[in-house]
Amino acid sequence: MIQYLKVRPLSDELEGWRVKIEAIAAECGLDFFETVFEVVSYDRMNGIAAYGGFPTRYPHWRFGMSYERMSKSYAYGLSKIYELVINTDPCTAYLLEGNETVDQKLVMAHVFGHCDFFKNNFFFSRTNRKMLDTMANHATRVRRYQDLYGYNAVEEFIDVCLSLENLIDIHAPFIKRTPDRSSERRKEDLPDELIGDHEAVPRLKAKDYMDDFVNPEAFLTAQRKKQQDEIEKQKRYPESPQRDVLLFLMENAPLTSWQRNVVGIVRDEAYYFAPQAMTKIMNEGWASFWHTRIMTTKGVLEGGEVIDYADHHSGTTVMHRGSINPYKIGLELFRHIEDRWNKGRFGKAYDECDDMAERANWDLRTGKGMEKVFEVRRHHNDLTFLDEFLTPEFCAEQKLFTFEHNPKANEWQIASRQFDEIKQKLLFQLTNMGQPIIEVEDANFENRAELLLSHRHEGVDLDAPYAHATLRNLFRLWKRPCHIATHKGEKRVLISFDGQKIAERNFGKAA
Amino acid sequence: MSRIKQDHSRFRQIVRGRIRRNLKQYISRGELIGKQGKDRVSIPLPQIELPRFKFNAQDGGGVGQGNGEEGDGLGKGQEEPGKGEAGEGEGEKALEVDVTLDELAQILGEELQLPRIEPRGQKEVVTERDRYTGIRPVGPDSLRHFKRTYKQALKRSIAMGHYDPKNPVILPTKEDMRYRSWSTVKSPQSNAVVIYMMDVSGSMGDEQKEIVRIESFWINAWLKSQYEGIVTRYIVHDATAREVDEHTFFHTRESGGTMISSAYKLAARIIDDDYPSSDWNIYPFHFSDGDNWSVDDTRSCIRILNEGLVPVSNQFSYGQVESPYGSGQFIKDLRENFAVGASDCNVVCSEIKDKEAIVNSIKEFLGAGR
Repeated sequence: MIQYLKVRPLSDELEGWRVKIEAIAAECGLDFFETVFEVVSYDRMNGIAAYGGFPTRYPHWRFGMSYERMSKSYAYGLSKIYELVINTDPCTAYLLEGNETVDQKLVMAHVFGHCDFFKNNFFFSRTNRKMLDTMANHATRVRRYQDLYGYNAVEEFIDVCLSLENLIDIHAPFIKRTPDRSSERRKEDLPDELIGDHEAVPRLKAKDYMDDFVNPEAFLTAQRKKQQDEIEKQKRYPESPQRDVLLFLMENAPLTSWQRNVVGIVRDEAYYFAPQAMTKIMNEGWASFWHTRIMTTKGVLEGGEVIDYADHHSGTTVMHRGSINPYKIGLELFRHIEDRWNKGRFGKAYDECDDMAERANWDLRTGKGMEKVFEVRRHHNDLTFLDEFLTPEFCAEQKLFTFEHNPKANEWQIASRQFDEIKQKLLFQLTNMGQPIIEVEDANFENRAELLLSHRHEGVDLDAPYAHATLRNLFRLWKRPCHIATHKGEKRVLISFDGQKIAERNFGKAA
Repeated sequence: MSRIKQDHSRFRQIVRGRIRRNLKQYISRGELIGKQGKDRVSIPLPQIELPRFKFNAQDGGGVGQGNGEEGDGLGKGQEEPGKGEAGEGEGEKALEVDVTLDELAQILGEELQLPRIEPRGQKEVVTERDRYTGIRPVGPDSLRHFKRTYKQALKRSIAMGHYDPKNPVILPTKEDMRYRSWSTVKSPQSNAVVIYMMDVSGSMGDEQKEIVRIESFWINAWLKSQYEGIVTRYIVHDATAREVDEHTFFHTRESGGTMISSAYKLAARIIDDDYPSSDWNIYPFHFSDGDNWSVDDTRSCIRILNEGLVPVSNQFSYGQVESPYGSGQFIKDLRENFAVGASDCNVVCSEIKDKEAIVNSIKEFLGAGR
């Protein structure tokens, strides 16, 4: 729609600052796609944000819901979206109409940080930079389906797909999971003598008199079992568990072609947004790292603006007790890394030094800080970023703690300030974007074409009411009973939906 | 309409559907009353989220930043701890949606299939408003319609061959002049007064009052949507009656005997003084547990109803709340004396056993469309 493509030019003042800030950012070594800024009213900002930045997206009520939420929270003065930046080429960034110039400058500097990150971070390397167009095409397709098959039918189907939206394989864009079948040498094509006897147990080569020692009975039993398992496995479908549940359903569920297409659309968009969820801390940290630097050390901030700037900057980097603020942690960790590499606080000698005083004053004047942060922003995601660079000193300095729910007091309490526990909890939260890891285990469960998913349980149970509702939705795609194997505390359980009711039973068998 | 507005109105439509489906629950739990603002109500709708496989939040815990010792609570008033939700910044909080009281009344009407109330014909107050509806060739200069006048002059000069595109000067003559004209629209303006009476003698407990409170909330919502202006008056009574404000009405507790006639007398007087029945639609509602002091008093009640209250009212409604102390006699007396339930009788009685029965009772009161 034309109205969304029309770009209102920046005012002369802002345009002047844009040119200046862009030049400074480039000079600092930031490398970004061309960035187009647009000033929009708060109402349009909320609208665009509700669509995840893509006003051309397909019609669905949940965007209306986010819009209502944002508008309400803006109206009550609870929150305000200052800026919105879209990972496309050219990058599109929205500024909020009516903000002070100092805010707009801060936002521009921040945006260039994001744009550099989008362009250079490895995890964004496979994202579709023409997503604006792709989303518009998706929307056209959805609208056409709505015209052909009815608004409600399509909407309900999208609801179902969206409730499975998080079941994707976030590493899939970088790994080839399924070998290319065409080039594989198929067993049937081999000469008979090479296929061998299925019954024969594979043994190690040995001279006759050594055979009992080289291939003892225990070994042969193990081999037999392995062989048996292999045969069993081949009977199963999928042969090995599949993480990309949406893809599996798209290829195997009994769907009509428009439904298959809708699953594909939802899946494509989920993959597009995944890198942003995987790098939230780094991305915001990197952008904040640069906006502070550009604003305060490059002559962008003017004397009279210092107080407003400080106020707004501290507002975005405020510490939360109930969660971590990605802006704060990201920014501080980048600074921490810069400082460490400037002072040579890395490597064997530093790691092995246990004299606290010496460590505290450690400074080799290596000056590699800037080089290091650029390297880090290229290769890491939040998970590896924290795994690699979180230090006990950093945790203490940032007053990090873990908290847990105490059912007796019915409140959330600080559980620990131990480095190991903090790190473990953080990494757990970031693994798989904080979503449970769920795979397609068996599409012919109980030999009845029922679908078995399995949740790789790592200490935290699934939310039961949500799981039940999701299973119901899954059933609507698979059209046969659906199950999910998970844990309830210590017990391994199987939750099933057979089209009529939810059932839950113990499920002793290890996956 | 922009796309987001379309999706937003679709969302509101879904919300409406959910509210409608759960309306009976909302009514019997009475949870909406506390959430009432000036002209809107916020309704919690947890089930509108799209379900997905996710972690049980109470199990997980997380990482925070700040001061405090191990074992310290995070404190109330902090935002709910939750894991950073992936993706597009959608939090996972139970959704509270605002609906206007008008919308709520409509939903109530649809769900309970309440008929629209037809204000009593001869008692309508008519207001007159002027509206510009047309064009005429005469009128005062202040109402001159410039564009139409110009057009007229242009047409005339082209027809007469005076028009010169190189020098397009148009001179309107008196005949070209066009003026706005108006007509007076009469629109009925109907007002209603609702008089709530409640027995606050010892036998009416908190639970009984809660029922009355919930019921009056919904009755008000409905009547408000049916009339342009609505006034509510409150009367409490035990052996004597007095007029009180809304807060006192729901929070007074008296002991002592019950003389229903005292309330009816007061109501009749209020109507006499302030609400001539030719201008007002009148709705007295009386709630009690059905206990009255004496047969004599009941007799005088019937007399007041017959002479004063029932003829001037659109409908006289009596709701009997069940209480462990009440005899529940009064409703029987009313039924004996009035043809309750007949289509030409505007006395309606309803027995309200418990909160579950509120929905039905509302329907009984408002179902006649009077």
